[in-house]
Amino acid sequence: MTTQSPALLIIVPLISAILCLLLGLIRRGLCYPFVVAVLGVSVILSFDVMGTVLNDGVIRYRLGGWDPPWGIEYMIDHLNAFIAIIIASISFVVAIFSRKSIEHELAKGKIIYFYTIYLLLFTGLMGIVVTGDVFNIYVFLEIASLAGYALIAIGRDRAVLASFEYVVLGTVGACFYLLGVGYLYSVTGSLNIMDLTLRLPELYHSKVILIAFAFFMVGLALKIALFPLHVWLPDAYTYAPSTVSAMVAATMTKVGAYVMMRIMFTLFEPYFSIKLLPVTTILGWVAAAAMIFGCIQALAQTDFKRVLCYILIAEVGYIVLGISVGNRAGFTGAVLHILNDAVMMACLFMIAGAIYYKTGMRHIYEFAHLHKKMPVTVTCLVIAAISVVGVPPTCGFFSKWYLVLGAIDARQWFFAFLLLASSLMVAIVFFKMMQTIFFAPAGESAHAHIDEPHKEHKHSRDEAPASMMIPIFIMVAGILLLGIFSGQIVSTVIQFTVPKGF
Amino acid sequence: MEVVNSIRPILAIGVSLLAACLILLTGERARNLREFWTILAAVVKFSIVMSMVPFILDGKVIEYTVFTIAPGLSIGFKVDALGIFFGILASFLWIITSFYSIGYMRSLNEHAQTRYFACFAIALSATMGVAFSSNMFTTFLFYEVITVCTYPLVAHKETPEAIKGARKYLTYLLGTSIGFQLFAIFMTYNITGTLDFSHQGIFGEARGVVSDTIIIVTFILFMAGITKAAMMPFHGWLPAAMVAPTPVSALLHAVAVVKTGVFVVVKVVVHLFGINLLWDIGLGTALAYFASFTIVAASVIALTQDNLKARLAYSTVSQLSYVILGVALLTPSGITGSIMHIVLHAFGKITLFFTAGAIYVAAHKTKVSELNGIGRQMPFTMAAFTIGAFSMIGIPPFGGFISKWYLTMGAIEANQLPIILVLVSSTILNACYFLPIVYAAFFKEPGTAHHNAHAPAHGVAFAGSHNPHSGHKLHEAPAMMVVPLMLTALGTIVLFFAPDFFLDITKIALENVTGGK
Amino acid sequence: MDTMQFIIGKFNYWIYIVLMMIGFYAMIAKRNLVKKIVGMNIFQTAIILFFISTSSKKGGATIPIIQGGHGDAAGHVIDAAQYLNPLPHVLMLTAIVVMVSTFGVALALLIMIYREYRTFEEDEIYETLEVMRLKK
Repeated sequence: MTTQSPALLIIVPLISAILCLLLGLIRRGLCYPFVVAVLGVSVILSFDVMGTVLNDGVIRYRLGGWDPPWGIEYMIDHLNAFIAIIIASISFVVAIFSRKSIEHELAKGKIIYFYTIYLLLFTGLMGIVVTGDVFNIYVFLEIASLAGYALIAIGRDRAVLASFEYVVLGTVGACFYLLGVGYLYSVTGSLNIMDLTLRLPELYHSKVILIAFAFFMVGLALKIALFPLHVWLPDAYTYAPSTVSAMVAATMTKVGAYVMMRIMFTLFEPYFSIKLLPVTTILGWVAAAAMIFGCIQALAQTDFKRVLCYILIAEVGYIVLGISVGNRAGFTGAVLHILNDAVMMACLFMIAGAIYYKTGMRHIYEFAHLHKKMPVTVTCLVIAAISVVGVPPTCGFFSKWYLVLGAIDARQWFFAFLLLASSLMVAIVFFKMMQTIFFAPAGESAHAHIDEPHKEHKHSRDEAPASMMIPIFIMVAGILLLGIFSGQIVSTVIQFTVPKGF
Repeated sequence: MEVVNSIRPILAIGVSLLAACLILLTGERARNLREFWTILAAVVKFSIVMSMVPFILDGKVIEYTVFTIAPGLSIGFKVDALGIFFGILASFLWIITSFYSIGYMRSLNEHAQTRYFACFAIALSATMGVAFSSNMFTTFLFYEVITVCTYPLVAHKETPEAIKGARKYLTYLLGTSIGFQLFAIFMTYNITGTLDFSHQGIFGEARGVVSDTIIIVTFILFMAGITKAAMMPFHGWLPAAMVAPTPVSALLHAVAVVKTGVFVVVKVVVHLFGINLLWDIGLGTALAYFASFTIVAASVIALTQDNLKARLAYSTVSQLSYVILGVALLTPSGITGSIMHIVLHAFGKITLFFTAGAIYVAAHKTKVSELNGIGRQMPFTMAAFTIGAFSMIGIPPFGGFISKWYLTMGAIEANQLPIILVLVSSTILNACYFLPIVYAAFFKEPGTAHHNAHAPAHGVAFAGSHNPHSGHKLHEAPAMMVVPLMLTALGTIVLFFAPDFFLDITKIALENVTGGK
Repeated sequence: MDTMQFIIGKFNYWIYIVLMMIGFYAMIAKRNLVKKIVGMNIFQTAIILFFISTSSKKGGATIPIIQGGHGDAAGHVIDAAQYLNPLPHVLMLTAIVVMVSTFGVALALLIMIYREYRTFEEDEIYETLEVMRLKK
């Protein structure tokens, strides 16, 4: 099995997506356990792939036995394997969470389709990660995006409109990426990343290559919602169903950031992206603006999920900043932050889902005295919030640690300062939330006193069901453990992902 | 130096964390059991800390590394003389404060007592963590834990003022610690490649590799970031935090929180930067003058405060800077005075806060101007207040004299005559804002308006119910509160006559710092 | 003259850029959602045109269908100049599939939007939303 694992990572969920549809026709209840099982298998496969990479080095898997550069090659090194584990694990945990949440938020008939598309989304994301072919990345990018459009559109309120906006902008992003591929192909005649790496250095001064690079960057910036190309994200992720928000927020932008890393540092050499072009400088400033903008916007929002969306935009800024400082510490921070942010965002969006499931509340100002009703959930929220702010020993601190060290190493004092400043702003965001939860204003409690039975109901302990709480616990445990073991993660995996030439 | 591997520091930290869990589990249902956990944890913690003392007196160091995150970056504990000094202080006063807290909370029938005691226990754990941490990273971690878990204590009353005060508290502490202190830690790691405390500082070798400007900037960032030390202009949180219940003000804002601040300053000065380096660059003198300004300015502000706790708070601001001043002098006597002042001020100030709380519980008075004649009504409390105030001013035979003596010696050693002037003028100012209270309490006739008008029903009449001299009814706070405050007052006197125990530890700390010279 | 040559010599690029800009304009400026996705479609088609045009060769090159080529290719000498590069065409087949599905999803979304708001005009939709918000 081990030798075929890279292909199985994609084939298993792809075939299962169709099987899921068929199973659903037999009995609707079968979909959920089936999807969880499939994703469980994917998690095992991704760990298996990582094990192979750690033991035997880079995997180069020829799909269908065709030799590169003609055939499609799956190239997996430490970076892909790491991201694959993140995607698979998050999808698995969120799938466990989905059961009650989806029953609550979706019409009965849609559940089968939901799980089918969910698997397709997973397939797309996995495909982007394992493939070593630039055109193949485009195809999987679109598979993931199409699944994403559909999943977001089944949400509430303005979800359809938000999804439409996402379709339009997402397509532009994908088309730019495709144009980049076209330009690259027209001068090199190759699509394989490893092959292109060898061919490109002599063309570094060609204008075509520059344009291709520019198209790649803009296209991906749209896909990962990098400020100022983020406009589609807040609406889309806010109105999507809770499960979908948790899944896409945790994985989609991260995968985009991964592709960005690949293009900047594997496809092109660090020499090209850092020395030859001012790309990193531009990206650095854009990322810094994203961090500040995201936090300021988050301060102004009342919808909990929307707050999280803007924080996500800021977090994307962190990752891109880590990429753009162009040194070992910064890159380590960016990769570690992909992991940490995925876990934190999945956790927070699932908490939002659990709160919505139990109380129907979406706005922070409604959360008064929530800790009396859902003490465990609120505890989890506090831990996740502390991690997003970046207080040790939670995982959020350690990626910021490397990011700031990277900025200092690059003698970018201003970026280092902004990283800390945006942490502070996130702290204010969550502090406001905690204050509402724990010390609600007097008016709120007075209101509760009038309606005595209502108050009783509001304050009696009532947590979300176990199928929602267990995934949240897993993520909270992840936040703490990843923090404690971040040293080991860096030394066993991430240090090998740092591109040569740093 | 002999190194002993032992998990005792972790036990000392863990015991009150465990207590916090037990307190939360026990909850409001069994209040006596809940309080029992607090007391038990306090006693056990103190005995664990004391069990480490023999090692320290033998000149050994206890070390334990929990795990390493990256080279030079780990969570680890190291108990040296300086740490054990702070540990003994905080854990001992926790025992006393626990009794006082129980008395205070019960007589006022405060709400959310479970949360209160649990947060208190966690705060003490974190304080131990700061005392025993072996590197700046661990210190920072526990420093932040203290900030976060004392926030609910400050906001305890949940009134709009309490929440506003608590918000200010959090903004100051969290804002500066993340914005400046963390930044300084990053710079330190970037420059030296490690964060481990070393007895003679870790910046020594870095000098010459990086420019002095960067070292100076790092130092300034540290000083601005350790806001818990309440140096001006970052002192605003301390008066704002006075909205907290009095036991919180007493232990946290006279001992645990603010002393953590000055303790970290001392650590940063001697164990990160090192005396020699600061002496060469001349940063010590600069810091000394900065601290001097705070000492005088805060004393002047204290004069204008009518709220008793606010006056005490500004007095704390001023006294904390004594500690910074002492260590900034960079002379043996100065550092001795500085370390001794940590403990002597703690005993004096906790006494004063305890009395403020007792007055509030028994007579519901918070203003200085309302205290006329209160000494006849609450003689034990006010006697303790007088002792505390004398100790603050530095009159022998009270503890405060010793540290002021050493500080003055330090200033002479450093040839800083203006500093002596500061010390003298501040002593006069101390007398100006404390003695009128004592005078008013014992010798002024009580105003009719305050004549026991709001005597609370739950106040407990103390011992003899009549005072033959004044005809006023004796009306003390519950014994649970009065006994602790008498004990700490007694402590200041004992420390004057028998400071040897603490002085011995200080001597070892000093030898470590100067390298035995 | 050089400029003219530059424009005429690379006419395929100019056509794709013009088409793309037309599509882009429609996506940005048109307030009607259907027109927006038509613009999106033109945008994608322009890229397909670009890919296909890069594979073309001057001098009557044709599609690479080689009789009996399979099995013993070594027996035939293939002159690459006579044939078009097939790979861009293959890529574009995939891209067209992607494009069609995107178009399909977008149209499906439009149907849902129409059911909800009874209009395709962006302005009217936002008016409806505003009214709904005020009602709350």
